[in-house]
Amino acid sequence: MSNSRVAIDAVGVAERAKRFQTRSIKKASKLGAMELALSMVDLTTLEGADTPGKVRQLCRKGLNPDPSDPSLPHVAAICVYPSMIPAAHEVLAGTGVELASVATAFPSGQSPLNIRLDEVVACVEAGATEIDMVINRGAYLSGRFSEVAEEITAFKKACGPAHLKVILETGELGTLDRIRHASDLAMEAGADFIKTSTGKVPKAANMEVTLVMLEAIRDYYWRTGEKIGMKPAGGIRTAKQAFHYLVMVRETLGPDWLTPKLFRFGASSLANDILMQIRKIKQGVYSNPEDVTKD
Amino acid sequence: MSENPFINEPYAPAPESTKVAIKDVYGLFIENDFVPAEDGSTRETFNPANGKLISRVAEAGEADVDKAVQVARKAYDKTWSRMAPAERGKYLYRLARLIQERSRELAVLESMDGGKPIRESRDVDIPLVAAHFFYYAGWADKLDYAFPNRTWRPHGVAGQIIPWNFPLLMAAWKLAPALACGNTVVLKPAEFTPLTALYLAELVQEAEFPPGVINILTGGSTAGRAIVGHDAVNKIAFTGSTEVGKLIQRSLAGTGKPYTLELGGKAAHIIFEDAAIDQAVEGIVNGIFFNQGHVCCAGSRLLVQEGIADELMRKLEYRIQTLIVGDPLDKNTDIGAINNQPQCEKIQEFLKEAKEEGLELVDGGQDLPEQGFWCRPTIVKNAPQSSRIVREEVFGPVLAVQTFRNPDEAIEKANNTRYGLSGGVWTDKGSKIFKVTNAVQAGVLWANTFNKFDPTAPFGGYKESGMGREGGLHGLVPYVRLGD
Amino acid sequence: MADRILVKKTYKLYVGGKFPRSESGQTLTFTDKKGKLVAAYCKSSRKDFRDAVLAASAGLKAWKAATPYLRGQILYRAAEMLEGRSAQFVEELQLQGMGKSAARKDVQQSIDRMVYYAGWTDKVGQLFSAVNPVASSHFCFTVPEPTGVVAALVGDAVGLSGAVEAACRLLAGGNAVILCGCAACPLSASSLGEVWHTSDLPGGALNILTGIPADLAETAGSHRAIDGVLGIGLDPAVEKSLQEAAADSLKRLSFVAEAPKSGSPYAIADFLEMKTTWHPVGV
Repeated sequence: MSNSRVAIDAVGVAERAKRFQTRSIKKASKLGAMELALSMVDLTTLEGADTPGKVRQLCRKGLNPDPSDPSLPHVAAICVYPSMIPAAHEVLAGTGVELASVATAFPSGQSPLNIRLDEVVACVEAGATEIDMVINRGAYLSGRFSEVAEEITAFKKACGPAHLKVILETGELGTLDRIRHASDLAMEAGADFIKTSTGKVPKAANMEVTLVMLEAIRDYYWRTGEKIGMKPAGGIRTAKQAFHYLVMVRETLGPDWLTPKLFRFGASSLANDILMQIRKIKQGVYSNPEDVTKD
Repeated sequence: MSENPFINEPYAPAPESTKVAIKDVYGLFIENDFVPAEDGSTRETFNPANGKLISRVAEAGEADVDKAVQVARKAYDKTWSRMAPAERGKYLYRLARLIQERSRELAVLESMDGGKPIRESRDVDIPLVAAHFFYYAGWADKLDYAFPNRTWRPHGVAGQIIPWNFPLLMAAWKLAPALACGNTVVLKPAEFTPLTALYLAELVQEAEFPPGVINILTGGSTAGRAIVGHDAVNKIAFTGSTEVGKLIQRSLAGTGKPYTLELGGKAAHIIFEDAAIDQAVEGIVNGIFFNQGHVCCAGSRLLVQEGIADELMRKLEYRIQTLIVGDPLDKNTDIGAINNQPQCEKIQEFLKEAKEEGLELVDGGQDLPEQGFWCRPTIVKNAPQSSRIVREEVFGPVLAVQTFRNPDEAIEKANNTRYGLSGGVWTDKGSKIFKVTNAVQAGVLWANTFNKFDPTAPFGGYKESGMGREGGLHGLVPYVRLGD
Repeated sequence: MADRILVKKTYKLYVGGKFPRSESGQTLTFTDKKGKLVAAYCKSSRKDFRDAVLAASAGLKAWKAATPYLRGQILYRAAEMLEGRSAQFVEELQLQGMGKSAARKDVQQSIDRMVYYAGWTDKVGQLFSAVNPVASSHFCFTVPEPTGVVAALVGDAVGLSGAVEAACRLLAGGNAVILCGCAACPLSASSLGEVWHTSDLPGGALNILTGIPADLAETAGSHRAIDGVLGIGLDPAVEKSLQEAAADSLKRLSFVAEAPKSGSPYAIADFLEMKTTWHPVGV
């Protein structure tokens, strides 16, 4: 577990993050970026009102984002609550689209450890190929870092073959120094991905937070040779935003990370905006929002 | 996915589309008119990114300087000094607004004539130009509050000479406080970069300034010498090399003429082992590669604490590969063209010498365009204190790197120079920041940041980096004569 | 009983907190109006000046490091010392040809000027500093710092209070001073060293070289370890040659034609450097 603290200057991070947004790309490159972004989407529904019907529809959407354009890639994963795994599994099994489930008493993480561990095991047994866990912020914020790390390691073990994404809930950690520290801690404890947010607190992903986490991933890679993935989640709604993130990934970690294996967007409405942008590029006219399917 | 063009080659050319109307020939701007030089001389101005001719501008000689100074004196006596200060301020506000309206054209022109990336001219230079006029416009009718218990009056005619690295920004730094304090002005832009100052002259016409208040004479050292030596010029403001600054100070001996000099620098950029390293890397990049390193306050000497030297250098070397060198008008360009041929040769000379000294050079590996003047972002590793690249101002995208073991050594090395314009310090520890920024003898210290500018923030040098301050309240002082 | 033999004072230089003679061994003589020898005093040489520069560089470190409050205490202490010795100084000025009331006035003005500048040491920082309201997430402030080692050349017609003014305005800002000249009252200038020496002023912060300012002007102008030159009542030709020499290392220069009637913080500001510091504001 990590006791070393990396200092972060928030203003410097904001300036750097802004720089990525001044990058401009054209035509083929833009289309490439949009298709790449689409392939990185973890299409997500995490509502109390989720039903098997709704989830099945979303899975279909993920498999075939634009029925009129079969050349487009499918999304990376469908992300659901544990009780919706069976419905998603029906549609996704064998398609190449991953089935991600949130777990560990998402979004608060405030349940006894054995219950959270059991939840992870149950999700994997039900067919989840990826687990999006939340860290124990109660423990983190009261300084019990080793407890946080040990839990992550335990969840990783419980995952078996499934990939583990560790949600830091950056909006609750308060400062970029802590986000960096929690990132280091999560990677050392066994995370396959580190993820910003649950989408359930007001402050979700932004460029600054993601940059700090990407830099943590880069340093970890340089230190260990191990490539950890990154998933910003919540708040990324437009194709333009997604493009800025991709520029940031490219300039911070290099082209190796430009793959759904190592970068994801946790989002619900992003996919449709990307689809509209792709249509615009291919057809030369701006789409009507009704042209894309609302699932 | 490897066929995805975004992954392979993300940034296709993205040229700025704004067009600027550029005349074939520009005259000298005297008494709100563009007039040819008395002897008819002109000088060509080129785009350093492709070597192409952009325009021709009149070349001022002694007679032209004399004419402009007389006109400026007349305008001072007849209109500008008699005008209500609030009205003077309104002219400056008007000019600031016009600059904001034409900011994109000005940015494009600045990048064409000087080679700086459009991202910088658009996002840094031109916004600061407008802000500078705005700031000093407000001072025009409030000067009694600037000098408590003192009477003040303008000098009269201010002669101002500016360099080619920030052509319009330096014009703004000179003009705005001079005019706000009630002086009239004869300004000489640098010979390599006259165009934005001439565009500004058109805005001066448009703002309907009283004729003769602002006169802009394009030309070279002859005109510069004539301005400095003219008896009816009452104040000299110069930004440029330390070498020329010394000549000016010497030539003004015995004249009683006040002067401000903003000269060269060789700033130490100190990175302590407890610094926010990733942000420090950005600070270093911004410190030395901003404006191709053509910055008097550039952080050109990197001092890294030994414990983090390897990690920092790895990050820095990685980072400079992501910098995009090329067409200044491309929106993605990070490093544009070297401003002019002599400067490009000078930089190459420094690099050649460093290689001959056996120093290790690392650059970003970028492909350079065939036409024009270019230099890759370059790091000279383990440069000894005795090396010329450590002691002299390169004025290019070249960073000399040294290590240190403890704060005292860093401070000693930082101050081991005749220059004293700026410095940088990176540490997460507040008390160390104050200790080190106090100890470094320089006029501007950036802690956990670098190359920040603002019209409200005084800027200027210690030691051989010059004297007097520009910007802020302190920037008014050089433009008034204080009485009891 | 024979009259007691008077113990006459040898007027020496004040350099680095010590009272050396000129290394040249040369002296000048001060004679009264009738041509009668009053006393001899040291004629400082270029070498003395160079020694003083070394002393001042060392003195600068200590003087700069002193808190503004302590600098004020020391300047005030100097005023106390001068007040206590005012009779001696009045007498000395009379010896040098001044009328009694003029001499008394000159000494009083000197004391008062010391007190005046003692009060400024911890106020100029506030008067000339600024917090700059920059348009970005940074805290930006500007504070004055001393220029460094400054040579103060005092012309032949400037009295004691003029010399005190020169020393005090420079010391008040935290500069180290090499006071040169004072041909109108060289004996008093020399004695002034004793006043400062008993005021806890760090050695080298103030150095006093009696002699002919024009002799030292060239060295003062050209010596690269001198950061500034203040001239009071100098011959314009001397000023000009000083300026020309000073351009070699871009010294700060300030010249006034005669000793000012009153002190001023703006006079201190002539030898202050403004330092602007930026820091981000964020968590």
